[in-house]
Amino acid sequence: MSKINIHVALSVVAVFFLLCGSPLFAAQKNIILATTTSTQDSGLLDVLTPIFEKQTGFFLKTIAVGSGQAMAMGAKGEADVLLVHSPAAEKKFMEEGNGVSRRLVMHNDFVIVGPAADPAGIKGMKSAKEACAKIASTGSLFMSRGDNSGTHAKEQTLWKASGISPEGQKWYQQTGLGMGQTLNVAAEKKGYTLADRGTYLALKKNLGLPILVEGDSRLLNIYHVIEVSPKKFDRINAQGGRAFADFMVSDKVQKIIGTFGVDKFGSPLFFPDAGKDPKDLGL
Amino acid sequence: MELILEGIKKAFWLLFTFDPEVMGITLLSLKISGTATLVSLFLGVSVGTVVALNRFPGRRFVISLINTGMGLPPVVVGLFVTIFLWRNGPLGFLQVLYTPTAIIIAQAVIATPIIMGVSLAAIQKLPENMRLQILALGATRFQMIVILIKEARLPLLAAVMAGFGSVISEVGASIMVGGNIKGYTRVLTTATVMETSRGNFDVAIALGILLLLFSFIINAILTGVQQRERPR
Amino acid sequence: MNQGPPILSVKDLKVGRGGVSVLDVPSLDVFEGEFLSLIGGNGAGKSTLLLSLTGLIEASGGEIRFRGNAVSSSRDMLNLRRKITMVFQEPLLFDTSVFDNVASGLKLHGFPGKNIRPVVEEYLALFGIAHLSGRSARKLSGGESQRTSLARAFALQPEMIFLDEPFASLDPPTKESLIEDLSSVMRTKGITAVMATHDRMDALRLSDRIAVMDKGAVIQIGDASSVMNRPENEVVASFVGVETTIEGTVRDSNGGLLDISINGAVIRAVGDFETGRRVMCFIRPEQVTIESTPSRTSARNVFVGRIERITPMGFFHRLSIDCGFMLSAHVTHQALQDLQLSEGAEVAVSFKATSVHVIKR
Repeated sequence: MSKINIHVALSVVAVFFLLCGSPLFAAQKNIILATTTSTQDSGLLDVLTPIFEKQTGFFLKTIAVGSGQAMAMGAKGEADVLLVHSPAAEKKFMEEGNGVSRRLVMHNDFVIVGPAADPAGIKGMKSAKEACAKIASTGSLFMSRGDNSGTHAKEQTLWKASGISPEGQKWYQQTGLGMGQTLNVAAEKKGYTLADRGTYLALKKNLGLPILVEGDSRLLNIYHVIEVSPKKFDRINAQGGRAFADFMVSDKVQKIIGTFGVDKFGSPLFFPDAGKDPKDLGL
Repeated sequence: MELILEGIKKAFWLLFTFDPEVMGITLLSLKISGTATLVSLFLGVSVGTVVALNRFPGRRFVISLINTGMGLPPVVVGLFVTIFLWRNGPLGFLQVLYTPTAIIIAQAVIATPIIMGVSLAAIQKLPENMRLQILALGATRFQMIVILIKEARLPLLAAVMAGFGSVISEVGASIMVGGNIKGYTRVLTTATVMETSRGNFDVAIALGILLLLFSFIINAILTGVQQRERPR
Repeated sequence: MNQGPPILSVKDLKVGRGGVSVLDVPSLDVFEGEFLSLIGGNGAGKSTLLLSLTGLIEASGGEIRFRGNAVSSSRDMLNLRRKITMVFQEPLLFDTSVFDNVASGLKLHGFPGKNIRPVVEEYLALFGIAHLSGRSARKLSGGESQRTSLARAFALQPEMIFLDEPFASLDPPTKESLIEDLSSVMRTKGITAVMATHDRMDALRLSDRIAVMDKGAVIQIGDASSVMNRPENEVVASFVGVETTIEGTVRDSNGGLLDISINGAVIRAVGDFETGRRVMCFIRPEQVTIESTPSRTSARNVFVGRIERITPMGFFHRLSIDCGFMLSAHVTHQALQDLQLSEGAEVAVSFKATSVHVIKR
């Protein structure tokens, strides 16, 4: 009996390693891009990825998570390059020596959306800060991402600016979901939420949540591409990370970004900003 | 309501025109979950049979471990497989995180205890003297094990179906270890989640219908098996 | 029958389970062409003996020789298992057709594929199940299943066959016809067989020799009639159907004829024991004759007694008669009515001196 058992065990192990071993050889061609759900949900990366792969021969693995998690992955050496939109956290990331370079790619903006009935009466307000204060004072339902994403970070800076700590308030609820799903939840529950314009436009037709506040410089949503530093972890594909970062700020891609979404939504979802100074955008 | 009808209409159109994106995702799902089920079948049946046929200290403990494993929450599996496969994790050198292999590993971890538990029970349920009878007919140990497995084939088929059904419909582990990469690790469930959050309800519904179709086929086979299985 | 070297012989065979000895057979020989039955109650060790003779369970000690060659390594065991086979109480059929079941053993032996069909068909016919060939084994009656199981075993044309209670799960008519067919196959094929059974009638019908087992030991072995009629001790006696067991003292011994005194009564018996010896007398119930009044018979032993109890036993009744000692007799239902026997009635009983089997106490 025991003899047969050993044979069985050995062949099991063999098969297991055959299965696991196959992708070993393609390793250095792989780039892990950690990015936000908004770049994936808007469909921008579906357009850019094949171009990048064809041009460079790399294989791009896009993992769409929140900006917070994306940077956490970078800090642990689990991603090679990041495309994120959480400037304050990004600065900290760079200061801690986790990134090699951080370059401006594009921006769009956030909008505050809510039910057409607008119980808080914020429609048309110019200041996002004051709109937030009004939502709080009227106790109107607000759906927060609550997932450490760039959008969540932006929302927190707005509450902070208006001197309100919404956590734990009855009218303040956290979904813990991506942008698209949070918009769906807000639509269902007739609540307000903060959304990036790209995702909002992509989902707009099914939501019934009009834009109530927009255009405040505080609502700018700025995307940077960050190459993760290979100094801390030797398995970082630094070459691949650089290639993708260079690709994102290249003229060709910047042009694509500038026109992406025009055919479908009538206006672009993102505005290319490569080479600009963030201060020019009003930051 | 209009949205749902619109979605369903478009979904059927996507299905009947064999939309390449939908078909690609479907084939990938079948390939990944099918491979995971095969690996589980191999591991599950061999270990299940060994445990069923041998008496050793700690056997009861092993059996309760297997039974516990039959209900492993996929997200927990996803979490641990991710941790193990991280570049800087214990199996990081394999470089398989965010590959179909990673999903196969996670799904095999989910399905193996199911198949193991069922084959263990199925072999144990065979009459006590069956082993002796087979040996008495001049079988070698190996021939005996093959015949026992053959005798337990109906419950084993059910186990395979249950295993396949659980992994093809599982989303938590697949998205964590696979990353939902387009054309590479995007399977039916992760694509459904993503398309829903993108607001592409038509595609989401089409994928959902396919998932339903698979679970219907699986259950139809299972029912057929259970109808055939009568005591001798 | 016992000529020539044995086909299978064991020496000092011991089997233990959890430190307790469950089988201890100092010596046992099975001869070519014979039918040996192991009889005994539940837990007597019959199945354990069969399984260790076939190498299906490991003995904790002793030696098994098949045609003079020791069976010791696991390779020897496999070789032995390829020359013999075994049929169990449950048919243990595989979930496939009757034909494939009967063919299964041949396939395991690596029998050439094209030669399988004629062999299988021959044995299907011998066991009267040719018409069931294509049927699923799941859909067989108990008798058909056991016939398939036997055909599967015999199709291997083994040098020896071991049968463990092969009829125990069958109803009487099914069992009847199966025993008929089995004994005819045994006769035509001349296979050596060892059968475990708890039913002495089955053993008597099929066996050349009978071994009586008790508590893991063979307590008597011999040809069928000698074990039946001349049990060597009380346990064997009770197992072979002796119902009257009485203790007495030899009062007179003369030329092979004994007078044995039992509670004042005197029984005539045949045997050779010295006077004054304490002995046991065994009397089979079917050898006791009942009459309403004593008549002249050739029987040496005639007593008058009172019927204490009448127990219906199916085809016959058992009478417990007090004639100074307790005597058990079997009568048919017809005789019961003709003689107007009832509990408390007085009857005359008689049995021959040769019907009394005497052993030392």
